[in-house]
Amino acid sequence: MIKSLDPRITREQIELNNPINPLADMDQWETYEVFHQKKRGDQHEHVGIVHAPNLEMALLFSKEQFGRRGISVNIWVVKTSNVFASDYDDADIFETVPDKQYREAGGYKVMEMINKYKKENKKII
Amino acid sequence: MNTIAIKELLYKMADDLLIMGHRNSEWTGLGPVIEEDIAFSSMAQDKIGQAGALFEILHQLGENEPDTVAFMRDANKMHCSQFVELPNGEYDFSMIRHFLYDHADQLRFEMLVNSSFEPLAQVAKKIKGELKYHVFHANTWVVKLGNGTEESKARMQTALNESWNYALGMFETGDFEKELQSENIFEGEEALKTRWMANITPFIEKANLKVPDQSTWAPILGGRKGYHTEYLQQLVEEMGEVFRLDPTAQW
Repeated sequence: MIKSLDPRITREQIELNNPINPLADMDQWETYEVFHQKKRGDQHEHVGIVHAPNLEMALLFSKEQFGRRGISVNIWVVKTSNVFASDYDDADIFETVPDKQYREAGGYKVMEMINKYKKENKKII
Repeated sequence: MNTIAIKELLYKMADDLLIMGHRNSEWTGLGPVIEEDIAFSSMAQDKIGQAGALFEILHQLGENEPDTVAFMRDANKMHCSQFVELPNGEYDFSMIRHFLYDHADQLRFEMLVNSSFEPLAQVAKKIKGELKYHVFHANTWVVKLGNGTEESKARMQTALNESWNYALGMFETGDFEKELQSENIFEGEEALKTRWMANITPFIEKANLKVPDQSTWAPILGGRKGYHTEYLQQLVEEMGEVFRLDPTAQW
């Protein structure tokens, strides 16, 4: 008999020379993408993935996987297969983005203009 | 306030939660899939926490420290129902027990929200959300497995049949039913059982399972009075093994 530190194993009274039978293949469950919302009105954020046989159970598991620490008020689950994603081979479509600073607020040298204006109009202000 | 009656009520609730929590925690690492393993273990922890809250109230009423009460008593001093002490068996039995026990537990606390014994009413309000999730979890699994394959249906029905009389034993009446009722502390086991039947029946139907024929009903009693199966002593020894090595150790 196998004598283990884990009493649950010892209790099973498993023979020492017990041949380990390979597990039968499982029907794999699908994956679901999980989004959680920290407070009402916030955007839902993607937090991870769970395996589940259906939407209801995906929700059931998500609560414990991703909602048991910290605060959540709401969870969305979406079948991974329902997510339409871009291809990593097409990642070059994003390549010139860093060059386009003028599209970001930080790209404008506003402060310089303000300081220049202040300097020029010092007497008036 | 009838302290003896309150203590009896608290002890049976706390012991049910402690033993159920411990049994369910035995699935940790052995659950069917990782997501379920985490969910079931987390709920087992909730139950032990809930037991702790009740042991704390008992301590306020003059009983020993919560850890001492939880880990130092032998089986014949425990007030849990025999249902919760039975070994886990396979997942079918554990899920059916989870379903039958947690519905009763949720209803009991729901009834206690308006208890005239304020500390208990406060705990009941605080853990409402936990209990709601536990029951949602149980309902989802039972309905899913009851509508699964021929094997899962047969296993669930067998588990329900084998559990039934033990489950009825959860509602074993105590010596203070009238006192608890007249002082608006707790409405009583009979009222709880009636509500429990009404709550579980729709889910049993949805799961395509059948409640055993009423002619076979024979509640297995004794747990509340310290009469237990052989499995409980083994459980309390294992559960308290580390604590008993040195009860005065600081953790």
